[in-house]
Amino acid sequence: MAEDLPKAEEFLTNIDHKVPDTAWMDTPTEIRKGMYCYASNPKSVETLGLPNARKWSATDDDWQLPENWQEIIHNGFKERLERFRSLKVFMDICVRCGACADKCHFYIGTGDPKNMPVLRAELLRSVYRNDFTKIGKLLGRAAGARKMTLDVLKEWWYYLFQCSECRRCSVFCPYGIDTAEITIMGRELLNLIGLNIDWIATPVANCFRTGNHLGIQPHAFKDMLDFFVEDIEEVTGVQLEPSFNRKGADILFITPSGDVFADPGTYTCMGYMMLFHYLKEKYGFDITWSTYASEGGNFGFFTSHETMKRLNAKMYAEAKRLGVKWILGGECGHMWRVINQYMDTMNGPADFLEEPVSPITGTKFENAKSTKMVHIAEFTADLIKHNKLELDPRRNDHLKITYHDSCNPARGMGLLDEPRYVIKKVAKHFYEMPANTIREQTFCCGSGAGLNAGENMELRMAGGLPRANAVRSVHEKHGVNMLACVCAIDRAALPPLMEYWVPEVDVTGLHELVANALIMPGENDRTTDLRGEDLPETEDDADE
Amino acid sequence: MNVKYLYSLILVIALFLMAYAGVEMAGLQIVFGIIVPYVAVAIFLWGFISKILGWANSAVPFRIPTTSGQQKSLDWIKQNKIDNPSTTAGVVVRMALEILVFRSLFRNTKMALHKGVKLIYSWEIWLWVGALAFHWAFFVTVTRHLRFFTDPVPFPITILENVDSFFQVGLPLVFQSGVVLLAALLFLFLRRLFEPQVRYISLAADYFPLFLLIGIALSGILMRYFIKTDIVAAKELAMGLVTFKPCIPETVGSIFYIHLFLVCTLLAYFPYSKLMHFGGVFLSPTRNLANNTRMQRHVNPWNYPVKTHTYEEYEDDFREKMIEAGLPVDKDKE
Repeated sequence: MAEDLPKAEEFLTNIDHKVPDTAWMDTPTEIRKGMYCYASNPKSVETLGLPNARKWSATDDDWQLPENWQEIIHNGFKERLERFRSLKVFMDICVRCGACADKCHFYIGTGDPKNMPVLRAELLRSVYRNDFTKIGKLLGRAAGARKMTLDVLKEWWYYLFQCSECRRCSVFCPYGIDTAEITIMGRELLNLIGLNIDWIATPVANCFRTGNHLGIQPHAFKDMLDFFVEDIEEVTGVQLEPSFNRKGADILFITPSGDVFADPGTYTCMGYMMLFHYLKEKYGFDITWSTYASEGGNFGFFTSHETMKRLNAKMYAEAKRLGVKWILGGECGHMWRVINQYMDTMNGPADFLEEPVSPITGTKFENAKSTKMVHIAEFTADLIKHNKLELDPRRNDHLKITYHDSCNPARGMGLLDEPRYVIKKVAKHFYEMPANTIREQTFCCGSGAGLNAGENMELRMAGGLPRANAVRSVHEKHGVNMLACVCAIDRAALPPLMEYWVPEVDVTGLHELVANALIMPGENDRTTDLRGEDLPETEDDADE
Repeated sequence: MNVKYLYSLILVIALFLMAYAGVEMAGLQIVFGIIVPYVAVAIFLWGFISKILGWANSAVPFRIPTTSGQQKSLDWIKQNKIDNPSTTAGVVVRMALEILVFRSLFRNTKMALHKGVKLIYSWEIWLWVGALAFHWAFFVTVTRHLRFFTDPVPFPITILENVDSFFQVGLPLVFQSGVVLLAALLFLFLRRLFEPQVRYISLAADYFPLFLLIGIALSGILMRYFIKTDIVAAKELAMGLVTFKPCIPETVGSIFYIHLFLVCTLLAYFPYSKLMHFGGVFLSPTRNLANNTRMQRHVNPWNYPVKTHTYEEYEDDFREKMIEAGLPVDKDKE
């Protein structure tokens, strides 16, 4: 946690939603510490072959841009207007009704009017009007147009990296204008002249080379899962044998590398491993991990459509090479927006795979028959519905759980009830947060779209405030002490957010809860959960 | 301080005076009654169609609907077929609700930082009420005006008029749509002026159409109820325009020309302004596409091959380490 962050109460009283006296075009943008991420490492930019690799910093006056940067932005803008109807329509039709304004977690948490989705879009729209519309060219400022200058560019960079592409505003917009789409295009333009942030560029470069964002090399990836095997044996007495890069397996499993790397994601990872082992022992389930396609997430999505495609290509390539029937995907947020709305179009058709069928229940996953990739919450919900898992939900009795819908599975897919069903079957105490803060109206963790760095902690705490505030309300009302989620970025971002705003609440992935309840064949009497914490006394114990 | 709305107001007043002076002093009835309407309609049609074609010419590379409900998933999980449609029928219903009753705007909430410690969200219905009232009143008013452009007047329009004057108040009978229209416009203007956030984001281009529409509504109301004009002559002029046999009946008052001129301004301005949301809402990719990309492959017309890092390259980088760790490799060490 950044040391210079004020106390939570002080943070709250400092939030001011009053608008400045000066018009937004006349209000200069100050690039403030704690609110921005460090510029990208030139090595990472080079690895990817992206333009203008150099060492630079956002606080420098000179950003070392190519001489014709204005021309590059203009031409890039033009090209994208032709390629994406979304951009063209969204540039033209906003009526500035303001319905989106207070829907943005960053606006709520910072009070900065340029974080209102409408103004974030106007940052681009003003240049669009100047460059591409007759009325803008004719009337200039009176028509809301302005020229692209270095100050405008810096403002773009600052605010396009204060949007987590969560799409909450687009739920409320009467025309469906999606700020995520505008931020995606804006960041794509910035990348044309070498303006990225390191928290995105370096994971992308890692992922390109080693197969995952964290740069875990194949042998290390196997080592890490082997550690989990030891931990699981300690807790359950059961010995697991995960398999890697195995040709001829039925199913390929891909999950975000964050789950392999850091708590509490690691417990979710152990959860997957235990589930797969259980299914293998009971039903002969045959699944393999891959060290090459060892990343479910896709920070390329936060760079450009092209970069997203370059990273995503590994999933199908590896599935083809290994000759599996279909792909099972782990718990991750933006990963699932990419799989649901982009993958098949970008890198399909996956005609070398079969339409996914659960080998255990025989359920056909009709909703994934073209992409051939199934979400593990869908897979597990189906198992539980068919009574294929032996569960002891009492082992989760010490938890009062609420569920955080991650933005992308909620608003870019609609995975809402599957995880809820699973939670209710593996645990007894479940409480929903207020209706305006869940499901399609869910609030972002404040760190999505590549913003979960350490140097922008103030921004993250501000952006996560609405989420934390909703957690606090169920904590106070029902004593909730566990926040469940299906997203690796959540598992990295929510713990510090909770520590700051609601320290009584911990964070878990869905399959950690599943694994704690799952009765493994041949397991010993478990006394602790996967975290090594004592299990609650069960009724049988209490009777003795 | 806030000059944006002043400029727009002054501009609309100037347009008002221009038509008045043009007709009353300069005797330019032919300009305001014939030339301007034809030019305005031509600009409207040309601008509207080119704008729509411009949008239509841009590709839709990905299916990016905003999913606002449960996806189609396992058989026993209830899908929200409207807010997360997986079929064309679902999309049609979603779009119809969006366009006819502003479903997304209906969800609107208002955030407040309660006592500086707690965020509270409450349902905020007024923007939806104001917007819906305006749009439907405008639609009824425009449709009602078809009586001036048709002879004989089609039956449905007569019915609409009768319904619109249902309360039988005043003489001539008051049309509710006109009153609602003006009230809704005033509400939308006052909201823009007095709600600080909305005022902050507003451009001159947001006030101008409001004033223009207020001007149109006012001049229309003035003409119908107060400064009466020869309505038979007005219809003669309108029929002349639509039958391409334009004429200028002498008994048409200047208030009519003012009304017509403001309408013409609106028509010509429409395609080049935010008012094009009328066309754009139909083409919004977050609303008019089904969330079915995992079921059905969607093709990106400009999809191009990209440089990836292949498995072979990856294995070349790490082969020794992989062998050492007992991971299978495709090519053995040479």
